[in-house]
Amino acid sequence: MISEFDANAFLFLLKSAQWTVMLTLTATLMGGVAGLVIALARVSHKALLRRAATFYIGVIQGVPVLVILFLAFFGVARLGLDLPAFFAAALAMSLFASGYLAEIWRGAIQSVPKPQWEASTSLALTRLQQFRYIIIPQAIRIALPPTVGFLVQLVKNTSIVSILGVVELARAGQILSVATFQPFLVFVATAALYFAICFPLSQISRRLEVKLSGYAKG
Amino acid sequence: MAMLRVEDVRKSFGPVEVLRGISLTVGQGDVVALVGRSGSGKSTLLRCLNGLEVTDGGRIEIAGHTMSYEAQKLRELRKDVGIVFQSFNLFPHMTVLENIVLAPCVAKGISKQEAQSIARDMLAKVGLSDRSDAYPEQLSGGQQQRVAIARSLAMKPKVMLFDEVTSALDPELTGEVLVVLEKLASDGMTMLLVTHEMAFAKSVATTTIFMHEGRIHESGESQEMFTRPKTKEFKQFVGQPLH
Repeated sequence: MISEFDANAFLFLLKSAQWTVMLTLTATLMGGVAGLVIALARVSHKALLRRAATFYIGVIQGVPVLVILFLAFFGVARLGLDLPAFFAAALAMSLFASGYLAEIWRGAIQSVPKPQWEASTSLALTRLQQFRYIIIPQAIRIALPPTVGFLVQLVKNTSIVSILGVVELARAGQILSVATFQPFLVFVATAALYFAICFPLSQISRRLEVKLSGYAKG
Repeated sequence: MAMLRVEDVRKSFGPVEVLRGISLTVGQGDVVALVGRSGSGKSTLLRCLNGLEVTDGGRIEIAGHTMSYEAQKLRELRKDVGIVFQSFNLFPHMTVLENIVLAPCVAKGISKQEAQSIARDMLAKVGLSDRSDAYPEQLSGGQQQRVAIARSLAMKPKVMLFDEVTSALDPELTGEVLVVLEKLASDGMTMLLVTHEMAFAKSVATTTIFMHEGRIHESGESQEMFTRPKTKEFKQFVGQPLH
């Protein structure tokens, strides 16, 4: 039993931070795959796909993460699945990420200049080939900085799953602060760990922005 | 043999009728200059010829294909009809060689080695053999445009369309692109050029077509047309050739 903020307590924080990282990674991966599909649907030639994607993005962006979280948690339960809270948390964060990543990537795809489409279609490329060889590679360069920026937000937003009892970094901080009666110290340490995760990401984003501003150097 | 046959082609953008019934025939190896003021419809006509613009009426036959907007048929047509744009439109994330190799590989399915050897031939043709590993942004406008021409030629098209390909270039860079076009013409390539270079139209183009208000207003053998313009509008146009 932890009663003061010692090395053991810090180790507990550090271990809980693993869940924060895991949750972020899962949401990035699953949300990323779904987000890409939705972004492509959003710029499709088929009006139905476009409308469905617009609706999805609108719903995800128009509903608080907290509500998505509850919906995922109770929704999974209603389906009769008895899964650990972590799964509902991962599902909710993935849904959340997919909506925002889709919108970032849609913007990136649409900001590739139209003459690039004309030049490649004139060379007899199919639409799929245009995406693969011409549009997506250029869109990635445009999308990388805002994508990494969103991931930083995502790391911090995962703290909300503490409400389901998932002991990630923020929840661990709460538990420790009660157990040790040293809330300030505990939360300084918690903040430091969040910072340690996010700061490198921000740095990568900044570096990418500089690096990708020129093609020849990239 | 006719390489291009256009019959009564019409095209409107909203309420504006840009092409009001265009008919023309171009034989194999012909070099046709499309001239006229801005807004006369010459660029729109050119873009209709490879399906970048969808016509509202009429019929287009080019390089043995009848214009159809069905995706697969349009791709087949475009393999035989190259186009070069005013703004080059090279792919900025690819080297010069990659720009040229891409379409022959993925659209025509030829092997990478073969595509690369074609690409090197085309680069030699436009005088840029030493820049194959450069990125577009490292090249001058004239060099970029020559790469764009090489990229289009690598598809081995039967007809080449040039849409004001020197309009974005400084006068000294215009020359190097015109030299390439002239060489291409003398190699027997069937070419249609929208151009503001009247001296070039007169000396290189076999036929000149003067467009005015969406119609072919005057056309004929280039030398003859520029020496003895018939219509009042073309006389005026030649009198003040820029725009």
